[in-house]
Amino acid sequence: MAEVHPAVEKIQGKFPSSAIEATTFRGEVNVTVPKKDIFEICRFLYTDPDLQYHMLTDLCGVDYFPQSPRFEVVYLLYSFKANDRLRLKTKVGEGEPVVSVESIWKAANWLEREVYDLFGIPFENHPDLRRILLWDGYEGHPLRKDFPVEGPDFDKPFVPEV
Amino acid sequence: MAETRLMTINMGPQHPATHGVLRLVLELDGEVIVKATPHIGHLHRGVEKLAEARTYHQVIPLTDRLDYTNAMGNNLAYVLAVEKLLGIEIPKRAQCLRVMMAELQRIAAHLIWLGTHALDIGAMTLLFYNFREREDILRIFEEVSGGRLTPTYMRIGGLAKDLPEGIEGKIKAFVEAFPGHMKEYETLLTKNVIWLKRTKEVGIISKEDAINWGVTGPTLRGSGVKWDVRKAFPYSSYEDFEFDIPTGSVGDVYDRYYVRLREMEWANAIVKQALEKLPKGPVLADDPKVVLPPKEMVLTDIASLIRQFKIASEGFKPPEGEVYASVEAAKGELGFYVVSDGSNRPLRVRIRPPSFLNLSALPKMIEGSLIADAVSAIGSIDIVLGEIDR
Repeated sequence: MAEVHPAVEKIQGKFPSSAIEATTFRGEVNVTVPKKDIFEICRFLYTDPDLQYHMLTDLCGVDYFPQSPRFEVVYLLYSFKANDRLRLKTKVGEGEPVVSVESIWKAANWLEREVYDLFGIPFENHPDLRRILLWDGYEGHPLRKDFPVEGPDFDKPFVPEV
Repeated sequence: MAETRLMTINMGPQHPATHGVLRLVLELDGEVIVKATPHIGHLHRGVEKLAEARTYHQVIPLTDRLDYTNAMGNNLAYVLAVEKLLGIEIPKRAQCLRVMMAELQRIAAHLIWLGTHALDIGAMTLLFYNFREREDILRIFEEVSGGRLTPTYMRIGGLAKDLPEGIEGKIKAFVEAFPGHMKEYETLLTKNVIWLKRTKEVGIISKEDAINWGVTGPTLRGSGVKWDVRKAFPYSSYEDFEFDIPTGSVGDVYDRYYVRLREMEWANAIVKQALEKLPKGPVLADDPKVVLPPKEMVLTDIASLIRQFKIASEGFKPPEGEVYASVEAAKGELGFYVVSDGSNRPLRVRIRPPSFLNLSALPKMIEGSLIADAVSAIGSIDIVLGEIDR
């Protein structure tokens, strides 16, 4: 039997009612956690003296359209203490908000804005949720699978309103 | 009593000191920055979206164009991620050559940074020295791969081709001459009073803040965190090389400057070690499902021709799964998170850009300091907008 990752064991002990699944692929641990617990689990992973996942290396979205719920928000955490990476994932349906982890890691500020911009996933309690790469007023979210690669207005002439 | 109010000014996106198309909105109280808001996205090309519409091999040229000063490092990060997904082993010679190229590229990237950073602060001479040495590296790249700025040298499974005849002597000549050039740069800056006044105690970010903001690379090390992906998660045989991680203590502009200079010296030392120990052997993995056959074979053997055609048009199908692989690029930790659904195109290619997170910490560094210090702080975090906007 494969060895259980210590952090997974700890969060399963701390959140017994939460459905936490862990898989390993190519030596990387993926932990899927319910959306309602994501903030508490992140805070636990950050503050627990044995784990200390002090760095949020990456936060991104993945669109699994046409599956339902279609999105996944992926958190890649790093602990300097254990020199270990841990990937947390949570499934998100269309239009559903996720609680922001900006108050734990400041790094999440821009990363969540990017996920909001490119996937249209809103983050609750985010201090400054605006589009980041595309301009204000842009319609659509380009990294969604139902967004065409060449853009929705590819062969339409661009006439700005005067 | 006179009324005081804040003045809002716009800096960029066409400003020489913003290193590309970065726009900063600065709220000023006199000459002191009260609030800084970076606006990015002017260079957004949708690389992550484009990657989803291409086969795995076809994504490699896109990576060159992220951080265009560090193309070899970007290639390396991407191919490492796909190789991890496939679970294939790379020949030792290819691994060693990848290290050599990535380190040469690091020197070239840091030279651009040093020249432009010094230029921003007013020391113009250095730029010409830096570009002189950078040209040597680009000539080496041109001979090795055919490209200067966008070499696209790495392949999934190894390298595009082995070193050309006689290039080792040129790399050796560069490696031997470089420490002398380093002295030239240092004479101009390291103890220069004007330089010290402009960089010491400017744009400070503490250890804890740097970690919390997700800052990596020389910017993190300048704040005194001895962390480097090459040591923490060695890839491409970095564990066989001897090098140290230079760190600063205060986390100011000067510390970041100092760390990068020492990094160039270590990168030079790594290239030297790679030249000395370069093993013999093939530069491509023996995996006919993934790796293109040699060109001579394609022209003479029908089976190789079919194989070439299949891989070039259809690509290959890695197993379902997701991996993250990262390298220590010139700016910091560059990671690729690749999700495969078992088809010949990636379901998602997420690029973790170091400059993006380093830039997000910029307001933290410059709020409360003078507007002139914003220029040296922007230079010191060494951002490339091609990577931030993707």
